[in-house]
Amino acid sequence: MSSARPAPDAAPPRSADVGPPSAPPRLPGSLEANRRLSQWLRLLPEGRVVVTPGKVEIGQGILTALAQIAADELDVDFARISVEAAATDHSPNEGVTSGSRSVQDSGLAVRHACAAARAIHLGVVAQRSGVPLESLRVEDGTFIGPDGRAVGSYWREAASGLLECDTPHDVAPKPAAARRVAGTAAPRLDLPDKVFGAPRFLHDMRLPGMMFARIIRPPSREARLEALPEAPAGARLVVDGSFLAVVCATEAEAAGAATRVAARARWAERDTLPPAPELADRFRAGPVETTPIADRPGAGAAPARTLRATFFRPYMAHASIGTCCAVARWSEAGLEVWSHSQSIFALRRDLGLALRLPAERIVVHHREGAGCYGHNGADDVALDAALVARATPGRPVRVQWSREDELGWAPFGAANLVTVEAEVAEDGTLLSWTHDIYGNGHLSRPGFSETPSLLAASHLAVPFPAPVALNPAPAGGGGADRNAMPAYRTGGLSVRVHRWLEMPLRTSSFRALGAMANVLAIESVMDELALAAGRDPVAYRLAHLDDPRARAVIEAVVAMAGPPPGGRGEGVGRGLAFARYKGSGAWCAVVAEVEAEERVRVRRLWIAADAGEVVNPEGAAHQIEGGAVQAVSIALKEEVTFDGRGVTSNSWDTYPILRFSEVPAVSVQLLPRPEAPPLGTGECATGPTVAAISNAIHDALGVRVRTLPFTPDNIAQAMG
Amino acid sequence: MTVAFELNGAPVMLDLPPETPLVHALRDGLGLFGTRWGCGAEACGACMVLLDGQPVPSCTLVLDAVAGRRVRSVEGLGTPTAPHPLQTAFLEEQAGQCGYCLSGILVSAAALLERIPDPDETAVRTALDGNLCRCGAHNRIIRAVLRAAASMRGVPA
Ligand code: FES
Ligand code: FES
Repeated sequence: MSSARPAPDAAPPRSADVGPPSAPPRLPGSLEANRRLSQWLRLLPEGRVVVTPGKVEIGQGILTALAQIAADELDVDFARISVEAAATDHSPNEGVTSGSRSVQDSGLAVRHACAAARAIHLGVVAQRSGVPLESLRVEDGTFIGPDGRAVGSYWREAASGLLECDTPHDVAPKPAAARRVAGTAAPRLDLPDKVFGAPRFLHDMRLPGMMFARIIRPPSREARLEALPEAPAGARLVVDGSFLAVVCATEAEAAGAATRVAARARWAERDTLPPAPELADRFRAGPVETTPIADRPGAGAAPARTLRATFFRPYMAHASIGTCCAVARWSEAGLEVWSHSQSIFALRRDLGLALRLPAERIVVHHREGAGCYGHNGADDVALDAALVARATPGRPVRVQWSREDELGWAPFGAANLVTVEAEVAEDGTLLSWTHDIYGNGHLSRPGFSETPSLLAASHLAVPFPAPVALNPAPAGGGGADRNAMPAYRTGGLSVRVHRWLEMPLRTSSFRALGAMANVLAIESVMDELALAAGRDPVAYRLAHLDDPRARAVIEAVVAMAGPPPGGRGEGVGRGLAFARYKGSGAWCAVVAEVEAEERVRVRRLWIAADAGEVVNPEGAAHQIEGGAVQAVSIALKEEVTFDGRGVTSNSWDTYPILRFSEVPAVSVQLLPRPEAPPLGTGECATGPTVAAISNAIHDALGVRVRTLPFTPDNIAQAMG
Repeated sequence: MTVAFELNGAPVMLDLPPETPLVHALRDGLGLFGTRWGCGAEACGACMVLLDGQPVPSCTLVLDAVAGRRVRSVEGLGTPTAPHPLQTAFLEEQAGQCGYCLSGILVSAAALLERIPDPDETAVRTALDGNLCRCGAHNRIIRAVLRAAASMRGVPA
């Protein structure tokens, strides 16, 4: 039956040639761009299924969710399914694993691909056995006729090449009610290795003859290497311009040698970074590129009140617990790289640019790293490893960043300034909303610029200029402008993003991108407007919301939190905030309870979210809770600090994050929507949690703190 | 120079420079990769091991200082076929996201439960305060430790 379909490599028919009626409907998720069925799964004769997505595990549990989906659609036991790590030489190109889109892109593709594989097999088996298609059923991979006899199995067909075809679109995955595994709390496939200390991370990979390198970064941002010390005994130096590395036989030697070389290398240094307090002014002074996101005039009614407020978020670090790592091997054939990048195909492209090597001669394999929470140094360290490997052909090289590299040199979440001007009628009804965002863009991932966006590329003897961070298009959720459009009904609406075209510190995507500052701004202003009009903040929000799913999460979280038992204590406050992530993702409402003494402590969070169909409810709740706890850390503590020359918050002492003793109790409720399309959960709670904490601080102390983080200093400044 | 010590109940001899940090000696000298490296500065807890029963970071502990002593790493807590109650509880609670922090946390928690078989939540938080987790898995981890404590005391969870 596969012969009826277009040849595997033929281009899909163009609607312009054949007219819209016969144009194939789009295939779901990433299948549209990667139609070959055998790219998505393999059936093995020994009775196993290997799912081969292009998305990668970044600690979000995607492997498990995809295995669940495959188990359902194929009618195969969950235990028979494994998920293979992606590689550029054979996996479907699913772009970046980010933006909470793994289940949307990959999940829907795997679901459709598995449903197609099942249908194809059923068709073949029916024809061959003479059993009518309708009376065949699949039980754990075996096809059973009406008399209960097995008439075939996936495993018996494993070698017959049935998946070597374009994925048909005319198959229907099972209805939600027929799913047995998706929608249940299947245990994470990767967790046992991590609990028993098995070698699972890229960091644990060893190859025969492997050597270990460390990078000696410039002591400040634009420093140039002037004089090299001798290589310490047992170490070799690799130098290209101001890129300097030591390579040794062991990790311990490499770490020691790096310290010695760093102490003796001579660099020409100068001040290049602006004073931190001037950042906001620099953002406005430009140069900027202004992009209007929305521009709708109001009805012209004269406002009774106008509220103007300015919010600021500093640069933030991804701050993975495991520092970035890569392995590279250079040979005649080309370059092979093992990486925990979120975008292995784009990494391959930028490695090719930086090394002046055709991308076809590079293979990037994905291996798991520590949680990354956005674009951290994972791609950068791959170039570091490749540069060292080029100097040691034939020998695999492993590079792991130092903690100082990780906190000081990885891309940062962009600092942003947000200004809001809201006009309201006497009763508080919104008449117009003006929202401006300033600062660097949130996208420096590989694959988007003419020059490679990899750290060491700008340190080479023939350097590439570092591309200035962009903002993803509004259709993709935007960057600095992510969540800048209020969900609330308003007459006039003007939203503009002013992307700064200087970039003293490299910025890129960090969990939720611009949503963190924009949701803080919107929800703080809504709270303030409600109180100014003498209205309850919850009722005020509901009065401005038409979307029933938005209202539902707010009502759910209010019910979860209930009234504070025993009323409000001294210095204790509660605040609520809501957002629909990216305006098109999951709906999320948060209530925070804080206690404000010398410093603010978050005691509790209640979270209600609607993420459509939830493939693994346990995993999704965990993702939401994790995002919220990280948001507490961001709200209370996190700020990248720097002087004229470099980043000074490059240790855990100077970039502290939330500790066990400071983590609030968290309750999460997911609204059941099994028939609605799945939406990611990893980032939906970030903005609402930060904003709910800010509103709770106002409730506790009567002050609006509009500068992150909410440290005693910033609170004192807000008190004036 | 050869350094001899006891690792996970068995004697080991390692021929490595005496100033080698234990974390690297375990990973590259002995092929035990469970002990993770995260900072090299005693600041994150990813590299925790038990030294004569006490939880210590192994990133600054040099091999020389371990001679003749008892070391227990995450691999010595239990195995998939004979798991430590903590490992069972972490799997039951699905305590962990990326999991990079877990080895160090399991080691710190094991030391706690040996000292205090019946800890309350505050004691668990205090015992784990030197272990950083960036994924926000803290609350599940705390629940898992309390669950393990209960099961070790024979109380059904
Ligand atoms: S690696 Fe030892 S405490 Fe961080
Ligand atoms: S689970 Fe990722 S750091 Fe703890």
